[in-house]
Amino acid sequence: MSDITSQSLFELTSNIKEKKLSSEEITKAFINRAERSKKLNVYVTDNFEKAIDQSKKFDSNPNFDFKLPGIPIAVKDLFCTNGVRTTAGSKILNNFVPTYESTVTQNLWSQGAILLGKLNCDEFAMGSSNETSFFGNVQNPVGENLVPGGSSGGSSAAVAANLTPVTIGTDTGGSIRQPASFTGTVGLKPTYGSCSRYGIVAFASSLDQAGPMTKNVRDCSMLLEVISSFDQKDSTSIDYKRNYYSKELTKDIKGKKIGIPKEYRVDNMPDEIEQLWKNGISYAKDCGAEIIDISLPHTNYALPTYYIVAPAEASSNLARYDGVKYGFRSLGQNLIEMYEKTRSEGFGDEVKRRIMIGTYVLSSGYYDAYYLKAQKVRQLIKKDFDDAFSKVDAILTPSTPSSAFKIGEKTNDPVSMYLNDIFTVPINLAGLPGISIPAGKDKNNYPLGLQVIGKPFDEQNILNISYALEDKINFKNDISDWWLSE
Amino acid sequence: MSKNSEYLIERENKQYEVIIGLEVHAQVTSESKLFSQSSTKFGAEPNTQVSLVDAAFPGMLPVINEFCIEQAIKTGIGLKAKINKKSVFDRKNYFYADLPQGYQISQYKYPIVGEGKVILDMPNGQKEIGIERLHLEQDAGKSIHDIDPNNTLVDLNRSGVALMEIVSKPDLRSPDEVNVYIKKLRSIMRYLGTCDGNMQEGSLRADVNVSVRLKGEIEFGTRCEIKNVNSIKFMQMAIISEANRQIDLLEEGKEIDQETRLFDTKRNETRSMRSKEDAHDYRYFPDPDLLPLEISQELIEKIKSDIPELPDEKKKRFIDKFNLSPYEATILVSDIETSNFFEEVIKNSDVKLATNWITGELFAVLNEKNLEISQSPVSAKNLSKLINLIKDGTISGKIAKTVFEQMINGDQDPLIIVKEKGLKQESDPKAIEELINKVIENNSDKVAEYKSGKDKLFGFFVGQAMKESKGKGNPQLINKILKEKLNG
Repeated sequence: MSDITSQSLFELTSNIKEKKLSSEEITKAFINRAERSKKLNVYVTDNFEKAIDQSKKFDSNPNFDFKLPGIPIAVKDLFCTNGVRTTAGSKILNNFVPTYESTVTQNLWSQGAILLGKLNCDEFAMGSSNETSFFGNVQNPVGENLVPGGSSGGSSAAVAANLTPVTIGTDTGGSIRQPASFTGTVGLKPTYGSCSRYGIVAFASSLDQAGPMTKNVRDCSMLLEVISSFDQKDSTSIDYKRNYYSKELTKDIKGKKIGIPKEYRVDNMPDEIEQLWKNGISYAKDCGAEIIDISLPHTNYALPTYYIVAPAEASSNLARYDGVKYGFRSLGQNLIEMYEKTRSEGFGDEVKRRIMIGTYVLSSGYYDAYYLKAQKVRQLIKKDFDDAFSKVDAILTPSTPSSAFKIGEKTNDPVSMYLNDIFTVPINLAGLPGISIPAGKDKNNYPLGLQVIGKPFDEQNILNISYALEDKINFKNDISDWWLSE
Repeated sequence: MSKNSEYLIERENKQYEVIIGLEVHAQVTSESKLFSQSSTKFGAEPNTQVSLVDAAFPGMLPVINEFCIEQAIKTGIGLKAKINKKSVFDRKNYFYADLPQGYQISQYKYPIVGEGKVILDMPNGQKEIGIERLHLEQDAGKSIHDIDPNNTLVDLNRSGVALMEIVSKPDLRSPDEVNVYIKKLRSIMRYLGTCDGNMQEGSLRADVNVSVRLKGEIEFGTRCEIKNVNSIKFMQMAIISEANRQIDLLEEGKEIDQETRLFDTKRNETRSMRSKEDAHDYRYFPDPDLLPLEISQELIEKIKSDIPELPDEKKKRFIDKFNLSPYEATILVSDIETSNFFEEVIKNSDVKLATNWITGELFAVLNEKNLEISQSPVSAKNLSKLINLIKDGTISGKIAKTVFEQMINGDQDPLIIVKEKGLKQESDPKAIEELINKVIENNSDKVAEYKSGKDKLFGFFVGQAMKESKGKGNPQLINKILKEKLNG
């Protein structure tokens, strides 16, 4: 049996069910490794002591009918966890301990999982490199001083570094798929409305979705099966019959029509990404899929549209962090001064930038030109996909226009940072499911991902295609454990 | 409407007309809040009716309370208004300590209810007031500035309570019309059970828009909005004061600034709160946490079928069926409790007498004791018994008043009072004749005067006979027998 922490979720659950491993053994193994991995800075808050207690409790009376029996899992610090500090990577929530549990994490615990701790992320999920976190940047285990992507950077790093078997992140414009791509892991953003947003610190409500981040596609299907549920506490949650994703997972994608959108061939895209894409196409053909050229004509407008819609919603969603009720407060002589000081000191630069952009685009006199127009363009982008999906079953694109970059490389250039989301953002705007799987490496040996985009609620199909491609690609992350301390 | 009933403010041969529009905020009668399950009960300890949603904790999401939607639709139907099958909840963004989300969820471009109307019964006839729209929104919490000298305290019990904002067209022209309009609106909502209209508890408050123009002008003047006035009396005072302020400015050749003002009830004047330039930019946009609200025709039809008879229809029925005057009918239907009381009384008794007794004696007692009809010291059952005693001649109207005075002490049964006190009317012709004979005997001089043509003395004889009967003599019978005796 291989080292515990390098096992997949599938292996761990099998070993627990076959009583080859106990929950306590597994939990302690991940905790021990985490204690030696502080350099990566993945944890904002750990829950190690309680996790060991819970693992012992599981072992004393195990229930093997659970889908995640006694499996320790760390989650992005954007999910509210009852009794465990939840910061959203922000100073303004530095001392916030929820008295309630997000639906998605509750779904994990209801299937036997155990909370290991809360993983670092960009502040309020705003960022593509995990550098905007109040708790410092995260190291990508792939290489020193490399960003792990963002905003779910702590999550992607933790999976890649074997610090949690699987995790869940959130994806507003690529925050699951881009970090997955940067770390050689699998990340899926489900259809908008699949996973409840209840108890997730909101960034942009019409775009936010929680999703699984895992080592492989099978684990991804297992985790999605647990977290995807209809929830009356979220009015945008959709009541539809969800698949048994892991049971129905198959590599047989013969005859599936896969679209290749020409608009995703952007200027200055590195050759190696072009090559990666070509390889993906030929693997898909090898699997018996039919490749069809398609057009998504409004792709170019997706990024500017996203950077109007998301900040607009964020500017309003973040108004509640005002120092009055909970969280950080900086005293002032009067209410206005208290607001100004609390929010100036409590929020970081990127969050403030987006609040200002959002406030601006909603202001009277600018609303029609920006917000309203962006909503119209969003409809056109959605229609592009609708049209495309009348011809194809799924769409294959690169996940990101580049591999992981160096820490600090883009922090002073927000636009170049935003460009990282160019392939992922349209999928959020259209509310579609998308998955990133590791598909190759660049000249520095840094991982690169391919993205499979599906029809609404067709997660099973993109999982199957990814499962088939994964088998052909046979990607191996070579991570040297360079950060481990004694 | 006749000319001489117009409300005009005069200045040196000039007459100004006052134009008024109201934005009424009516609290929806509902056990729980618009987007959470917290209780809406009035008067609870501060911050005891606050859910995580109401206090805007991270990750909390609004879930629409469908009952409040039905209440709004019901109210819309009561206002003869168009129900919009699709409406949208928007966020109205502004910072305040008692607004936990940093925005109020309201409806901006697409309200749930569109244009409708309210009929006012004015002394000189009916007047129709247009309704522009009705939309749903959340109430804010309450900031309390006068408990702690150094801090403002916040009570979030009210935060998230459902309000209907009912916007009238600028069709109102006088403080009297405002009075009747508010009362009519309240009456309709109380009939429907959609708002209790309790102004003391803040269930009904209004923003009052006022402008003035010279009589005969067609264009509206610049308007000012007086925020959050919470009684009809204050609304009327604010309108008069604000209209005069505007007219004074015009008379001085000055311009009126469009602004938001507050009414200072102690000084009876409005003062500027913020100018148009300082107006908040609320950055309205559709709330992405809530899908557009879609209402099916089935739901509208179902609610329509549950709508009770409303004041206008009830008034018409009272006039047609019971032969009441429009004035009497208006009074009796103005409040659903009153009309229910009336209908209860007339189940077993005379309509005409019931009308007179309710609008006369009963209202006088209620006014005097400052009671609602629901708290009436005399039940409908006992009042109808009393009326029957009058009707069948057991007691006279005059005795009935004595009996009524006793009844109000603990809703006593008039039959028992009449029996115990021996107040039963004397209607035996022989007994009456006997006592009349006595009166004639004792007043032979007056009889002579009467017979010589002094007709006015007839009343004197009736009085004497009544006195002789200790007030219990049947007046009709006394009249009849006296006439026979004196004229015979």
